[in-house]
Amino acid sequence: MAATDNPPVLEVRDLVKHFPLTQGLLVKRQIGSIKAVDGVSFDLRRGETLGIVGESGCGKSTLAKLLMALERPTSGSVKINGRDMAAAKGRELKAMRRNVQMVMQDPYTSLNPRMTVGDIIGEPFEIHSDVAPKGMRRRKVKDLLEVVGLNPDHINRYPHQFSGGQRQRIGIARGLALNPEIIICDEPVSALDVSIQAQVINLLERLQNEFNLAYIFIAHDLSVVRHISDRVAVMYLGKIVELGGDVEIYDRPAHPYTQALLSAVPVPNPDGREGRERIILQGDPPSPANPPSGCRFRTRCWKATPVCTDREPLLEIRSKTDHLSACHHAESHDVVHAQ
Amino acid sequence: MKKTAADVLPTEGGLGNEPLLAVDDLHVEFTTRQGVVKAVNGVSYDLRAGETLAVLGESGSGKSVTAQAIMGILDMPPARIPKGAIRFRGTDLLKLSEEARAQIRGQRVAMIFQDALSALNPVFTVGWQIGEMFRVHRGMSRKDAQKRAVELMDRVRIPAARQRVHDFPHQFSGGMRQRIMIAMSIALDPEVLIADEPTTALDVTVQAQIMELLAELQRESNMGLILITHDLGVVADVADKIAVMYGGRIVENAQVHDVYRAPAHPYSKGLLESIPRVDLKGHELYAIKGLPPNLLDMPPGCAFNPRCPYRQDNCVSSEPPLYEINSTRSSACHYWREVLDGSHG
Repeated sequence: MAATDNPPVLEVRDLVKHFPLTQGLLVKRQIGSIKAVDGVSFDLRRGETLGIVGESGCGKSTLAKLLMALERPTSGSVKINGRDMAAAKGRELKAMRRNVQMVMQDPYTSLNPRMTVGDIIGEPFEIHSDVAPKGMRRRKVKDLLEVVGLNPDHINRYPHQFSGGQRQRIGIARGLALNPEIIICDEPVSALDVSIQAQVINLLERLQNEFNLAYIFIAHDLSVVRHISDRVAVMYLGKIVELGGDVEIYDRPAHPYTQALLSAVPVPNPDGREGRERIILQGDPPSPANPPSGCRFRTRCWKATPVCTDREPLLEIRSKTDHLSACHHAESHDVVHAQ
Repeated sequence: MKKTAADVLPTEGGLGNEPLLAVDDLHVEFTTRQGVVKAVNGVSYDLRAGETLAVLGESGSGKSVTAQAIMGILDMPPARIPKGAIRFRGTDLLKLSEEARAQIRGQRVAMIFQDALSALNPVFTVGWQIGEMFRVHRGMSRKDAQKRAVELMDRVRIPAARQRVHDFPHQFSGGMRQRIMIAMSIALDPEVLIADEPTTALDVTVQAQIMELLAELQRESNMGLILITHDLGVVADVADKIAVMYGGRIVENAQVHDVYRAPAHPYSKGLLESIPRVDLKGHELYAIKGLPPNLLDMPPGCAFNPRCPYRQDNCVSSEPPLYEINSTRSSACHYWREVLDGSHG
C-alpha cells in the first residue's frame, strides 16, 4: 500500500561512495578506488517498503551505512524530510540519526552478550535522553518487548537465554525504541531457521502497519523481498539497474541482469522443473575497483552490443517497458511464470 | 599391509536391487556437560546409484550429524553410536576397522562442506590440495598429481586452470572455492557424494552454477548424491526423493513430487505453507508457531506436538512410528491421513 500522495520521508540523489585503495607502508599513495556505491537515487515514503536485491559486493550494505550516516558520502545527498543529512551538524544531526534505525543480519553477534535485554533495548535512550526520561525507561522497554511479542518479564535475561528468532525480535525492539520513521533491515531473516523466518516477517509487517514505518529491506531471498516490498531496486556493481513496483520487477523484468537473477532462484515446486527457463550467468561480477566501461553488466550479458561498451545506459523508462531500467536493450520478459 | 581390511571391503560388483547406501535405524548421541544429547534417533534412508536424495531440516534436526556418521568423521567421544547400521553396498561401515573405513572415506564416499574457505588449508596452493588426493590415495608423484589437479579444475570449470593451480584459496571467490571443494571430492570418482549445504553461503546466481555443475557430474558418473539443505527451492529443483528431518528423526520420506503436491506430515506441510506466495501478497504469512525443540529437553511423544495444529492427546503420550503410506512414502504422524486429506483440499 504505497502511499503516493504524501511527500517522501527519504530522498536519495546521485549517492556515491568510493573507498580509496592505497599502496605503500609509510607513504600511502592512492592507486585507485573501490566504487562501492556509484550514483544511486530513489525516494521512500512513509508506510512503504523498498526492497533492495543484488549479489554480494553490489553495494547494498554500503548503501545502508550511508543512509544511517555511518559513512560520509563521496558525493550526492541523502535527505530526510527534506533536510540534507550531510549539511546537518550537532543537535540536528543527532535528531536525524534518531529517525533512521537499523535491524542487523546476525542476531547472534549484534547483541552484546554481557548486557541484559533491558540494557540493550534501553541503550538508545542513554544517547537520546529526550525520548524517554530516566524514570520512564524500564516501562518503555517493557512496552517494546510486548510490542515485538516477547515476555516483558524477561527484561533481566541475557541474549544467550533466547533463541535466534527471539534475539532478532530483541534487535527489532531496539530499532523501534526511538520511534524512527525509517528502519533499514539488512538481511533480517537470513540467519534464522526456515520455520522462524515467517514469524519475523509477519512481525515486521505488523509493526509497519501499526507505526506507519518506512522500510528499506535488503535481502538476497527474492521471494521474501517480493512478499514484503512495494517497490524493488535491483543493484549491480554499485548502481541500481532496475527499479519498479514488485509486480513490474518480478513479472515484467526488463534488465537482463534482473532476468538472470530471477531465473536463478529455485522455484519451490518440482512440477515442470525440466522445462523451466534458466539463464545461468558465467563467471563472477567484475571488481568494483575497475568496473567495465559503459554498461557494467556487459561482460556477462548475452545481449551486449558495441553501444554497451561506449555509452553508459541511464536509469530511465524505456520504450518497451513501463518502469525504470538501465539497459540499452531493455525489454520485458517474464522469466518465472506466476504460479 | 591392509590385506585383512581389504578382505571385508565392499566389492564393486552389480547391485541388483540393493541400494548403494542404506542407513538403517541410526542413533547418534553426544555426551555433554548438560547431559546426553540424542542428536539422531532412528534415522533410516537409502540411496541408489544416480539418485539424488535431499535431506531437509533446520539446524539441530540431525541432518549433518547423520552425514558425518556415514563419513565416519564424528569425534568419538563425545559422540557415540549406540544403535543402527550404515550399509554401503551391503557392508556395514560401522563394523569395519578404522583402516578399512579410511579406504572408503574420500575415495568411494566423499563429502563437500558448506564453508569452503574454512575447509581449505590457507597455506597450501589449491593444486597441492587437490593433488593430495592422488598422492595419498593413489601414490602418484607430485608432477602427475599436479597434472591431474589441472584436469580436475578444468572439469569443474575453473577458468585458466593451468595458471590458477598455483594460487592459494584466498585468491578465489566463494563460488570458485566451492568448485575447488567439488574437484577434491570427485577426484577419486566416488560412488556416493554427500553435499552438506553446498550453496548456503553463496549468491543465487552462483548457487545456480554450482547446482548445475553437480547435476552434470552426477550424470557423467552416475554417482548417488545426498544433498543436505534447508532450502525448499533447491530441493524442488534437483531431488528425486526427500527425507524431512525434525528433532533427530525422519518425519517424512517421499518422492519429491508427492511431498510438494500433498505433504503427509504437519511439519513438512507447515514449511511448504510458510513459503511466500505471489497470490497471497499482503496477507500474513503462514508461520509454524513456537520454536524448534531443545535436544536436551525433548517434548514427550511426538517431538513436533507443541507446534502442531493436528495435535491430539495420543501425540503427547506415544511417539508415532514411521507409518508406511505406500512403498515409496512414509510419515511419522498418527494423523497422516488427515494431513494428507487436508493437503489435497
